[in-house]
Amino acid sequence: MSDMAVDNSKRRFLVAVSSTLGGVAAVGAALPFVFSMSPSARALAAGAPIEVDLSKIEPGMKVDVEWRGKPVWVVHRTPEMLALLPKHDDKLTDPKSENAAQQPKYCQNPTRSIKPEYFVVIGICTHLGCSPTYRADIGAADLGADWPGGWFCPCHGSRFDMAARVFKGSPAPTNLVVPPHKYLSETKVLIGEDQASA
Amino acid sequence: MQRLLEWIDARFPLSATWKAHLSEYYAPKNFNFWYYFGSLALLVLVIQIVTGIFLTMHYKPDANHAFASVEYIMRDVPYGWLIRYAHSTGASAFFIVVYLHMFRALLYGSHRKPRELIWIFGVLIYLALMAEAFFGYLLPWGQMSYWGAQVIVNLFAAIPIIGEDLSIWIRGDYVVSDATLNRFFAFHVIALPLVLLGLVAAHIVALHEVGSNNPDGVEIKKKKDGQGRPLDGIPFHPYYTVKDILGVVVFLIVFTAILFFAPEMGGYFLEANNFIPADPLKTPEHIAPVWYFTPYYAILRAVPPMFGSQFPGVLAMGVAVLIFFFLPWLDRSPVKSIRYRGPKYKIALTLFVIAFIGLGILGILPATSLYTWIARVLTVIYFAFFLLMPWYTRYDSHKPEPERVTAK
Repeated sequence: MSDMAVDNSKRRFLVAVSSTLGGVAAVGAALPFVFSMSPSARALAAGAPIEVDLSKIEPGMKVDVEWRGKPVWVVHRTPEMLALLPKHDDKLTDPKSENAAQQPKYCQNPTRSIKPEYFVVIGICTHLGCSPTYRADIGAADLGADWPGGWFCPCHGSRFDMAARVFKGSPAPTNLVVPPHKYLSETKVLIGEDQASA
Repeated sequence: MQRLLEWIDARFPLSATWKAHLSEYYAPKNFNFWYYFGSLALLVLVIQIVTGIFLTMHYKPDANHAFASVEYIMRDVPYGWLIRYAHSTGASAFFIVVYLHMFRALLYGSHRKPRELIWIFGVLIYLALMAEAFFGYLLPWGQMSYWGAQVIVNLFAAIPIIGEDLSIWIRGDYVVSDATLNRFFAFHVIALPLVLLGLVAAHIVALHEVGSNNPDGVEIKKKKDGQGRPLDGIPFHPYYTVKDILGVVVFLIVFTAILFFAPEMGGYFLEANNFIPADPLKTPEHIAPVWYFTPYYAILRAVPPMFGSQFPGVLAMGVAVLIFFFLPWLDRSPVKSIRYRGPKYKIALTLFVIAFIGLGILGILPATSLYTWIARVLTVIYFAFFLLMPWYTRYDSHKPEPERVTAK
């Protein structure tokens, strides 16, 4: 071994290869930790559909149910409420529910529902996830004489009408989300599962 | 004793470390009031770690038990109320001290060359502190904890494309739940404290490598005596240890006064809604973050949604925090200290302080259209302070810096 000259290019190559492979191994080892933070099997199972009995909801009333840990509102709208719905389209951001992500296809209609009198919607503000307050009182003093009834988000002041369509000028960018749901009978609705395409 | 010390020094640099960082670390002799807040931040860190350790002995990170376990600490654990209130008051005290510490840098140019890395470590500490405060605020599992976390995690959901999945990954569930509480506990008690300690060590090591700035903004290392000691420097120990002890005494008087007489600070340190257990189906009437986040919260609310997305507001809020990193390079003034700067910087800094405090107040108040417009004006001032800095600092009238510090 007389020739002790260091082969630098070989050395650099070996360092580069071993650091690259080491880096790949480090990323691989990190993956289980990253995945461990995703929803567990138990949390996924808790997202199963739930059934609501509509016969117990008086006209004008709203019930809150929990689906995937989120509040879901079921409202029995009165004919008066329904009559007011088309009267303020010019004040809404998305009056025709054109944003397809905010409701299933079968609810892309003027009342955003399958049956006009029963309205199902996720009660989480599309701004930052607060739960808006139900304000069915038409012309409420604090919301203005032309208030048609709907929801008011106490966090940042977003306003929604009785079809949970957002009024222009609200911080919320889109209408509230209508969850997938279907009717099991005249008075029973299942929230969390799509109805067969009609 | 001497022989024990020699035995240790042969195996561990005890005396050398003591000398390098205390008894022979030369700090400028003209430190003033603003130089208390670094050591006070260190004190608050110690208070938070010690009280935090004792709180974990009784706290349960479980959605069904968390709220009750905090009340158990408050009512049944001997002196539990004291430890808990010290921890909650410490959180607010930490931000007060850190904000004043950062303001000192803006006054005297402590972030400027050659101290850019000290500043960057400092901003990282500030970020870690914000994360630490946010994770910790969920743990009492009150209404404000819950909905505050809901709002902040949803900020990530606003990021285009990956946002929704990212927020589910952060929560570990579709909404803030037990899974979220449990992981936030892990972040709060172990992950972030480790990061924070590492960053504080880096901050101090970098500071002691370069040496402290001072109210005149001149380098004391330029003028040294025969033994290589700065002419305007005095050993940190005993001179500044004694000075800092005075600061500690005054600070503890204020701290304990709040702790014993107003631990909730009228709802600003501990919000009233947080004494109601978390209810995922009912948002409190008015949600406001704790006071130290309100300036950024006001910026978030001030930016209107664009292109059917609220991401611009989230982006503005993120940039408002991250823009601090660039401060050393935005400032083009030939002098460091405000004592030798011209009127333009003084006006800009005053406006910035007004904007920051104004946004902080607006972030607590409900969003009316008048307040939103004021917040928009203040947001513009906030960003203008940073973005116009290269111009107004360069084309300002300056007084010449002195050769030596001007201690009276």
